Amino acid sequence: MSDVADRVKKIVIDHLGVDEAKVTETASFIDDLGADSLDTVELVMAFEEEFGCEIPDDAAEKIQTVKNAIDFIEANQG
Amino acid sequence: MFDLSGKCALVTGASGDIGNAIAKALHARGATVALSGTRTEPLEKLKAELGERAFVTPANLSDMDSCVQLIKDAEAAMGQIDILVNNAGLTRDGLAMRMKEEDWDTVINVNLKAAFKLSQAVLRGMMKRKTGRIIGITSIVGVTGNPGQANYCASKAGMIGMSKSLAQEVASRGITVNCVAPGFIATAMTDVLDDAQHEKLNASIPAGRMGSVDDIAGAVVYLASDEASYMTGQTLHVNGGMAMI
Ligand SMILES: NC(=O)c1ccc[n+]([C@@H]2O[C@H](COP(=O)([O-])OP(=O)(O)OC[C@H]3O[C@@H](n4cnc5c(N)ncnc54)[C@H](OP(=O)(O)O)[C@@H]3O)[C@@H](O)[C@H]2O)c1
Repeated sequence: MSDVADRVKKIVIDHLGVDEAKVTETASFIDDLGADSLDTVELVMAFEEEFGCEIPDDAAEKIQTVKNAIDFIEANQG
Repeated sequence: MFDLSGKCALVTGASGDIGNAIAKALHARGATVALSGTRTEPLEKLKAELGERAFVTPANLSDMDSCVQLIKDAEAAMGQIDILVNNAGLTRDGLAMRMKEEDWDTVINVNLKAAFKLSQAVLRGMMKRKTGRIIGITSIVGVTGNPGQANYCASKAGMIGMSKSLAQEVASRGITVNCVAPGFIATAMTDVLDDAQHEKLNASIPAGRMGSVDDIAGAVVYLASDEASYMTGQTLHVNGGMAMI
């Protein structure tokens, strides 16, 4: 597993307080991990902070699963 | 009670009468304050009066980029913003049938849109810290209406609706969003009235007098405090009983 994936999963686990086993790459924040829409906003803020990148609003809307987050960050890391 | 030590507050319209009193009251309770307005002279004067824990962060709130910049400036000056007081406001009165579109837009932009932009920009830090206070200074006429002020009343009613929505969105994160609605407050504006006018005005107020700027500041201090943490989405009417809502 890549370093980005590990860090993304750790943020998700910490923020949503969910079991590590549930945080698979295909897990949807809202449907599978019990997040509400405000949680997803906070997750994006936490990703931005962890990876020192800016996630524009239109991209943020598309980040709905763990994999979406990993893909965006890997594609946009300098 | 109502101790604000260690809290950082941004007050817009601090160059005006009510904003001046709000900033002083928050400061007196221990808060660090960032004073905003377009005229730097009264802001610098207030800062000098307050001494330590005071910063001047001017901004023209008719420009939305300046609103976002103001939040950045105040955060840079104080480290963070725990309390945002959206107090800046203006009027461009006229009968609706004669009102220029420009006067409508100016009032809505400064009184309502800027308050939204500032709230939006300040929420990020508040969400992270899981605490915060957003307080809007609206007006009694935002609820009752007033002839000649369709634009102003719309902006003040809009602020109340906006605050209720924001309050629901962020309540679970320890952030409260409330309004204070002044009635008639004695300021430089009302000093120009003559005795007869004053008498007539006072007769329409059950308390028999106009409010003072400190009456408004007291309500803001309460809403800013930890004691008000269970109060959100509300409007405190401070009007001597002129309208009981
Ligand atoms: N006085 C009352 O009886 C009364 C009653 C109900 C509600 N209110 C509300 O209370 C608030 C304060 O009123 P006040 O009586 O203290 O009025 P004020 O003395 O005229 O102060 C208005 C403040 O708003 C600021 N402001 C106006 N346009 C601005 C802009 N484009 N950009 C940045 N700042 C701007 C002014 O800053 P600069 O002068 O530096 O531009 C000033 O500090 C207002 O929202 C008003 O609607 C007042």
